[in-house]
Amino acid sequence: MRRSIVVGVGGVVLTMVVAPWLPPYPLTLLTQAVIVAILAMSLDVLLGYTGLASLGHAAYFGVAAYAVGILSTQYQRGFVTCLVVGLVLATATAAFFGLLAIRAVGTYFLMITLALGMVVWGLAFRWVSMTKGDNGIAGVPRPELGLPWSMWNPLPFFYFSLAALVLSWALLALLVRSPFGLTLKGIRESETRMRALGYNVWLHKYLAFVLSGIFAGFAGVLWAYYNGFVSPVDVQLVTSVETLLMVALGGPGTLAGSVLGAGVIVFLKNFVSVYTKRWLLILGAVYIGVNLFAPRGIVGAFRGEQR
Amino acid sequence: MTAEFWISQAFNGLSYGALLFLLASGLSLIFGVMRIVNLAHGSYFMLGGYVGLSIVWRTGSYVLALLGGALALALIGMVMQRVFLQRLPGQTLGQVLMTIGFALIFQDLALLIWGGDPYSIPVPPPLQGVLTIGGLRFSRYRIFIVAVAIVVGALLWLALDRTRTGAIIRAAVDDAEMAGGVGIHVPRVSLAVFALGAALAAFGGVIGGGFLGVYPGADFEVLPYAFVVIIVGGLGSLPGAMVGSVLVGLLDNFGKALFPELSYFTLFAPMALILALRPTGLFGRV
Repeated sequence: MRRSIVVGVGGVVLTMVVAPWLPPYPLTLLTQAVIVAILAMSLDVLLGYTGLASLGHAAYFGVAAYAVGILSTQYQRGFVTCLVVGLVLATATAAFFGLLAIRAVGTYFLMITLALGMVVWGLAFRWVSMTKGDNGIAGVPRPELGLPWSMWNPLPFFYFSLAALVLSWALLALLVRSPFGLTLKGIRESETRMRALGYNVWLHKYLAFVLSGIFAGFAGVLWAYYNGFVSPVDVQLVTSVETLLMVALGGPGTLAGSVLGAGVIVFLKNFVSVYTKRWLLILGAVYIGVNLFAPRGIVGAFRGEQR
Repeated sequence: MTAEFWISQAFNGLSYGALLFLLASGLSLIFGVMRIVNLAHGSYFMLGGYVGLSIVWRTGSYVLALLGGALALALIGMVMQRVFLQRLPGQTLGQVLMTIGFALIFQDLALLIWGGDPYSIPVPPPLQGVLTIGGLRFSRYRIFIVAVAIVVGALLWLALDRTRTGAIIRAAVDDAEMAGGVGIHVPRVSLAVFALGAALAAFGGVIGGGFLGVYPGADFEVLPYAFVVIIVGGLGSLPGAMVGSVLVGLLDNFGKALFPELSYFTLFAPMALILALRPTGLFGRV
């Protein structure tokens, strides 16, 4: 446990020191990786710690991103309003979807979250008067934080995103190490046993589901500001699955692994697509390869047999 | 909102439901035997359409396209099942990631081979045009789709319910371990069912290519529909897939016609309601 904190803090400090010397494009990618890492960590709470594979995680991310997009372009609202509304809507969506999904077990859970995620995608795609449909919402301005640095510059925005990552990481690390988090692990290992011990399994799973949605929404708020553009792509199935891949690649049940997985996938996706148009083929091969050769992820492989 | 509107919309919904049945019955069968959530199932639909298209271009025969598309995807499905998916028994997450990996690869290969333009599979002259019944006009092709779905559904039901092979498949669905214990070669059954499921989806893809067209992105467009069908009907249940398909086809069509901006909502909200009342779907068992 202490080693993982050292590695995490070391990684964050390293990126902080390196960032000012990076050319604009790698810095932008690093910012993207940092934001996506928050999304991946939020999913890890469900997948790695609670043992629930959600296929609709882009929904909360997207709901928050759309809230920011609509509020900041059509109503010229500032950062605080956008952040609060984005988080509230993501939480409400997760709270509602959780009521439907948590009842289901195993494969049913997977398919229900997939279908619920598609509802949000369908709304984003078809509710044109609100979301501008396929065209998406363009021109989302960077937030005014009242700081001396303009968020339009890549470097201050990177530090802002990194601060958000550190905050989320710290909060989630506390969460998974708390008695609540340990109960989640217990549920992952044996639901019936936890129930026999007197734990309210449904409530724990539900709270994990909602908490996970809140952090996904946080990532969505940042994403809208980072990208300046919100479209149905942000809520589509492939986005949800890509997040699953990041967690699986890094090693489920390790927050550091999710951050690492997010970084690897973001850089791989962007660099490979520079050299070849066939990056989907390569990404597909990564999906298959991870399962065949590293079923416990990168961090899992380093840790060896201990669990 | 005349009676004419309701009848023609109901007919359109029914025919779309018939197409969905071809897709979803295969998905449901595969799930029943292997407990695999196959996210590449929409890709079989799309690839089947493309293979059918190429066959029609070469030979001009619609029937050959139907058979060729189904056969090609049965082979692809068999390779996928035997070489890859069989290594991940019971690993839900691994199966999801692997099948989505295949879906991405198939999507990119289709783009590489057939390009990004949408095509339509030309249908034989007897199936073109409309049939006028009592002053109402019905597309002949859509009537054909409903008929095909009924025939396929009946054949599947007969095969599963009345033959020895069907009994073996049902045994493997109910309890794979016990079925193995009484001498059923479960891996072989899985392989055959997987091939059949892929072939049905591809068959649907060729038929769907006649009125929806064949285009990039069709794979991920039909996949959620197939999922909703089997969630509503119940995983692994053939009657469930039938009822679910018709229900989803009708809901989707009326949703699009009556509330265009909320059309996905009108499809998924009833699904959520059914699940809240019956978590295993209408005909599903745990």
